[in-house]
Amino acid sequence: MNIKQIAVFLENKKGRLAEVTRSLASAGVNVRALSLAETTDFGILRLIVNDPDQALDCLKKSGFVAQVTEVIAIEVEDKPGGLARILEVCNTNDINIEYMYAFVEKRVSNAVVIFKIDDHEKAHRVLKENGISVVTSDVLKNM
Amino acid sequence: MWNKSSEAMGRKELAALQGERLARLVETLYRKVPFYKKKMDSAGVGPRDITKIEDIAKLPFTTKDEMREVYPYGLLAVDRKEIVEIHTSTGTTGKPVVDAYTRADVDLWGEVMARTLGMGDTTRDDTVHNAYGYGLFTGGLGVHYGAHKIGAIVLPISGGNTKRQLMMLKDFGGTVLTCTPSYSLLLAEIGREEKFDFSQLKLRVGLFGAEFWSEAMRKEIEEKLRLKALDIYGLTEIIGPGVASECLAQNGLHVFEDVFYPEIVDPETGKPLPAGEKGELVVTTLTKEGTPVLRYRTRDITHFLTGECACGRTHVRMHRLLGRTDDMLIIRGVNVFPSQIEEVLMKIEGVEPQYQILVDRKGALDSVEVQVEMNETIFSDEMKSLAKMEKDIESALYSTLNIHTVVKLVEPKSIPRSEGKAKRVVDKRSL
Repeated sequence: MNIKQIAVFLENKKGRLAEVTRSLASAGVNVRALSLAETTDFGILRLIVNDPDQALDCLKKSGFVAQVTEVIAIEVEDKPGGLARILEVCNTNDINIEYMYAFVEKRVSNAVVIFKIDDHEKAHRVLKENGISVVTSDVLKNM
Repeated sequence: MWNKSSEAMGRKELAALQGERLARLVETLYRKVPFYKKKMDSAGVGPRDITKIEDIAKLPFTTKDEMREVYPYGLLAVDRKEIVEIHTSTGTTGKPVVDAYTRADVDLWGEVMARTLGMGDTTRDDTVHNAYGYGLFTGGLGVHYGAHKIGAIVLPISGGNTKRQLMMLKDFGGTVLTCTPSYSLLLAEIGREEKFDFSQLKLRVGLFGAEFWSEAMRKEIEEKLRLKALDIYGLTEIIGPGVASECLAQNGLHVFEDVFYPEIVDPETGKPLPAGEKGELVVTTLTKEGTPVLRYRTRDITHFLTGECACGRTHVRMHRLLGRTDDMLIIRGVNVFPSQIEEVLMKIEGVEPQYQILVDRKGALDSVEVQVEMNETIFSDEMKSLAKMEKDIESALYSTLNIHTVVKLVEPKSIPRSEGKAKRVVDKRSL
């Protein structure tokens, strides 16, 4: 149910992000979504890719500190209030969101948003109860 | 000049006095301090080999480590009941070094500090605003005794509470300022922020020491505080402040060599170097009673200046300190060893001892950045845990070093390594 995300540690210095994408490109990895969290000194690059294992492998070979973490890809209705409804569900059920970022591509008519949540098990249960669908990694691969 | 007969003594007469005092010192140490007897015996030298000051080169050196080993009383050359005061070094890397003063030693300390204050023409008409710390640290009380000797007013304000310092400087009309050079700049900085009118102050001269500083910093201090800034030198192992001081000519520090005999040696071989050559300063206390020190290796790098000084003093001048023989960093007056930082990092789970210390001076104060290499154990996709990691390391460093550092997480292998070994310290301060 969860999907794999690659997180990469980046120092805030020239050319590091380019180096990551170059490395992924040379391994034939396709980036589907990304977000960059940053302080003045460093950043954490989070990526959803078509092949997480391959991506992790090539980044490590290039000398980056990278790890796989699990996140949830949630389908969000592509209309006003779509995201608001999901966040409300999370809020009412005391689900704490660490961070989130959106996919560029759509799945059918829905947008896809990546959520990192403190308790994934609970999140899945609550989402299901509220009729919110999540995207599996198999589906993502073919998007 | 506080003591013209000593400070402007003819060189020949001075050498004779030094030789006489050295012979007496060696005789006393051999008889009363097993630590020194053992050292002299194994060096094959004894009291009868020492008749003139040049004989000093025959004697063994004393290092800080050796002094620590005999903590607390192993260096005592008098009966314990003769001791009236004790100071110690900070002991940040192990046991502290003990300086035990007899009544005569306290008097000597007052004398050399009166000479130091006298370098800035301090008289009983002056008010000494003493912002050196009071306590085991020798700065505060050293200045205090010197001011008493002269009969000047001393305001023992110690460090901290900068706004109050400015108020009291104004209200009591302090004419002589004593503190670390960086603190003097902090005074200036806070004053400017508070829109303090420095023209109200009567400051005439400042005696600054206990840390490295530069000519550029001197200019800045002199402009901002409107005083003449003099460099003073001393160390707990010898007596505290009062070993050497600049005069108003501001061209090197006169070493009070009738009581503290200085040598410059090659730090590698220990061989005395000809005048003018850069090396390690070695100091012998010629007249101290409580804990006399024979040929102490200060690890401070300097050289002697030749030629006569305009001030009329005959005591040899040394260049302001040029560095340290070891890797000890003096940051805001606090001694910091890279090994201490390594120790702290090693204790934090997941942190590898891949680090680099960048020391810089921002404005008046030294800044320390500790770069720590990221690795997979401590990495997280969540910003808050990385931010917490930085804060945790910072507070662990603070509790050990007592100075604030900024921890910066960096990519692996980004710390430059030479021959497989990382360069641990980058000191960007221009001192």
